[in-house]
Amino acid sequence: MEEYTFLRQFADSWMLVVLFLFFIGVVVWVFRPGSSKTYEDTANIPFRHEDKPAPQADDTTATPKEARS
Amino acid sequence: MSNYIKLVALGLVTMVAMIGINYARDTAYMVHAIIVMLTAGGLFLYTLRRTDEPAAPAASQNEYFDSVVRAGVIATALWGVVGFLVGTFIAFQLAFPQLNFDWLNGFGNFGRLRPLHTSAVIFAFGGNALIATSFFVVQRTCAARLWGGNLAWFVFWGYQLFIVLAATGYLFGSTQSREYAEPEWHVDLWLTIIWVAYLAIFLGTIVKRKEPHIYVANWFYLGFIVTVAMLHIINNMAVPVSFWGSRSISLFSGVQDAMTQWWYGHNAVGFFLTAGFLGMMYYFVPKQAERPVYSYKLSIIHFWALIFLYIWAGPHHLHYTALPDWAATLGMVMSVILWMPSWGGMINGLMTLSGAWDKLRTDPVIRMMVISIGFYGMSTFEGPMMSIRAVNSLSHYTDWTIGHVHSGALGWNGMITFGALYYLVPVLWKRERLYSLSLVSWHFWLATIGIVLYAASMWVTGIMEGLMWREVDANGFLVNSFADTVAAKFPMYVVRGLGGVMFLSGAIIMCYNLWMTVRRAPAKEASLTHAVPAE
Repeated sequence: MEEYTFLRQFADSWMLVVLFLFFIGVVVWVFRPGSSKTYEDTANIPFRHEDKPAPQADDTTATPKEARS
Repeated sequence: MSNYIKLVALGLVTMVAMIGINYARDTAYMVHAIIVMLTAGGLFLYTLRRTDEPAAPAASQNEYFDSVVRAGVIATALWGVVGFLVGTFIAFQLAFPQLNFDWLNGFGNFGRLRPLHTSAVIFAFGGNALIATSFFVVQRTCAARLWGGNLAWFVFWGYQLFIVLAATGYLFGSTQSREYAEPEWHVDLWLTIIWVAYLAIFLGTIVKRKEPHIYVANWFYLGFIVTVAMLHIINNMAVPVSFWGSRSISLFSGVQDAMTQWWYGHNAVGFFLTAGFLGMMYYFVPKQAERPVYSYKLSIIHFWALIFLYIWAGPHHLHYTALPDWAATLGMVMSVILWMPSWGGMINGLMTLSGAWDKLRTDPVIRMMVISIGFYGMSTFEGPMMSIRAVNSLSHYTDWTIGHVHSGALGWNGMITFGALYYLVPVLWKRERLYSLSLVSWHFWLATIGIVLYAASMWVTGIMEGLMWREVDANGFLVNSFADTVAAKFPMYVVRGLGGVMFLSGAIIMCYNLWMTVRRAPAKEASLTHAVPAE
């Protein structure tokens, strides 16, 4: 089969199905049980760490000091 | 050691550029060679003076890399004014052809300035806004410092060099005549290098993130970076005629070439001007409204639906051409389906304000963001409508298209960028607030009325021109000549130019306001939580 015809037929059959199923999968995944709680946390990411990054694991200077007293 | 390698490389580049000046086959290439020689030579001296000096201490990983974002904010504002100024000037050139001065011919006539305007607003203003905000957002939402250290500075300055090369190329006549991709092969190669570095920084920061999830804005930014890389490389595949000249020949020909160009062209709109700017919307609108995005689930579906559909929409630019009907129909159908994710995203952005609508009355910055989302909804309604073959037969090649582009570009991209700049400057320069909110209101109204004048006049002239072109008399002869339509458009062209003047003055007011914010607004007091412990 000619290359163009092959690609054309592949694109509007198998590839179309694969992409469509992937998209349906995304929608199903988004509405999975328990997702609301996870996404509530994710949606609040912009409101954390506004001024500086999260402390590095190997960095002691950034650990909170108030715990000492 | 790395400095020695840098010096060798910069020295070689300077030397090749010098040879290029000598052998250059056209003026544009020679000008580019001079710019490259000066840049590389200057960097050589800069590097040389810092070689074998004690190294500066490494930047702390506990701080965000904001200096490059500050530079990006300045570049965005300045290039924005330049781009709007050139746009306003060419609008008046269309209304008053005498403005194509004789002494400017060959450099400053409409044909040379038009790509300068489109590239300045899309790539210089929009591109700098995208790079700066993506660097800002990815750090905050990953809770990590930008990956790659000074590579971010390389991306920033390298991108400015790309802009200067592209702009001077247009003026001196170096163009491959591909819409929104006019720069020739050598400039394209340079942009490819910059873009790969940009992608590496963005991905590297995401990889080292401290938040378990990748915030939705980063998905949009990443979609924009990856897709633009793919579009740029494929659309610009060409063989240079000579290493010492700017002319190149595209690998595609005929209808394949047209399709590739509009596959690129429409996705420049879809990914550069939409996906990237949606990344801005998903961060700055929640921040300014002080509440999380309306529906995070909708934002995920918005992302996947948008990137799955946009990539197919290009053929709607080629209705009634040599492009096969099935391909044009595919583009049309996909464009119409695009309505859904676009409006899903618009609803998500607008509804983020639910419960905080009162802020519209008090905060002109959020007003700016809301109207940008409004224009996004409007132009993503208009676009699918214009892609329908029957509508396109009237609208295509008329000023309606230009009006559509500008309601999207000025309304959506411009306004969301202004909103982001108004948010960013006090944060980045640690100011308590903006210098003047009433100046923001002035900017808001000037820009909004300017866009309305622009879009309305282009609707009128576009539809008029479309109807005049297709008007036939009883014997089937065309009634109007092309020059008749040009003459009839004059009043609308003047109105369009005035709209441009208003939009430009709004942007100049913004620059003044941002400058005074940095100079005059009260500094934010240092956070008390980091106070020195009592002795």
